[in-house]
Amino acid sequence: MKGSGEDGGPEDGVIDPDVDLHVPAQRAETAGAHAVVVLAAVAAGGALGACARYALTLPWPAAPGGFPWAVLAVNAAGCALIGVLMTLLEEHGGKRSGGAWARHPLARPFLGTGVLGGFTTFSVYALDAVRLLEEGAAGTALLYLGATVAAALCAVWAATAATRAATTRAAVAR
Amino acid sequence: MSGTVSWLLVALGGAAGACLRYTADRAVQSRYESLFPWGTLAVNAAGSLLLGLVTGAVEAGAAGPGAAALLGTGLCGALTTYSTFSYETLRLAERGHGRAALANAAVTPPVALGAVWAGLELTRYLAG
Repeated sequence: MKGSGEDGGPEDGVIDPDVDLHVPAQRAETAGAHAVVVLAAVAAGGALGACARYALTLPWPAAPGGFPWAVLAVNAAGCALIGVLMTLLEEHGGKRSGGAWARHPLARPFLGTGVLGGFTTFSVYALDAVRLLEEGAAGTALLYLGATVAAALCAVWAATAATRAATTRAAVAR
Repeated sequence: MSGTVSWLLVALGGAAGACLRYTADRAVQSRYESLFPWGTLAVNAAGSLLLGLVTGAVEAGAAGPGAAALLGTGLCGALTTYSTFSYETLRLAERGHGRAALANAAVTPPVALGAVWAGLELTRYLAG
């Protein structure tokens, strides 16, 4: 069954999980005083996400020339979670089985834009790769660059597929 | 710098970075009507450039661990995002824009890398 319009299935719906102005409700979410509420949700989520990343990367710094495992793990985990979250928030099977919280207008700004956006990071990934190159560990740098992209894309794809399968099963069982 | 202070700085920077990403992404999208996620590419490039500048300043002794926590780990870390990048790439492919998906995945890493490198080199040059 294919979805239609903004309420859709995999073939339509949002592309940018932070905010997608093709979706009328997201275009309108900063109208008037509500902008403050949305920005507060994004800020609170961003603070939590950044602290969670700090907590996971602080105890496992990469040795000079060493593979930055902690940052790779953080990024892959965040990509898996955004797949689960967006399927629950934006696709109809997910909306039906996600419960009331998934229909809350601040769920995406807080959890997606804030927490997961603040948890994952592109800048630290790029800095780690540049450092590896400067340390003469070109092989490790290239491996890290490729492995992170591959892990991130596999994680988001697998998590999205698994969540779709689970929410479809839940809908059939009902 | 005490442990509590550095956590507070990371949280503050993270809050500001996420808000900046949301606001910048909206601004780019409202000016350029496109399916390609230019807004996300822009924040990932800008955040990487800033992290290069901050790291260079710390290396040169012009900035301390407080600035690194607030601006580097917090602000730049949260301004840039891997989850948004990967989800957009998946969604572009699912919606039949395979070339845009491939372009996004192929272009974003070298752009971010170049931006970090440019930031580092610029501060090193300025620090002499």
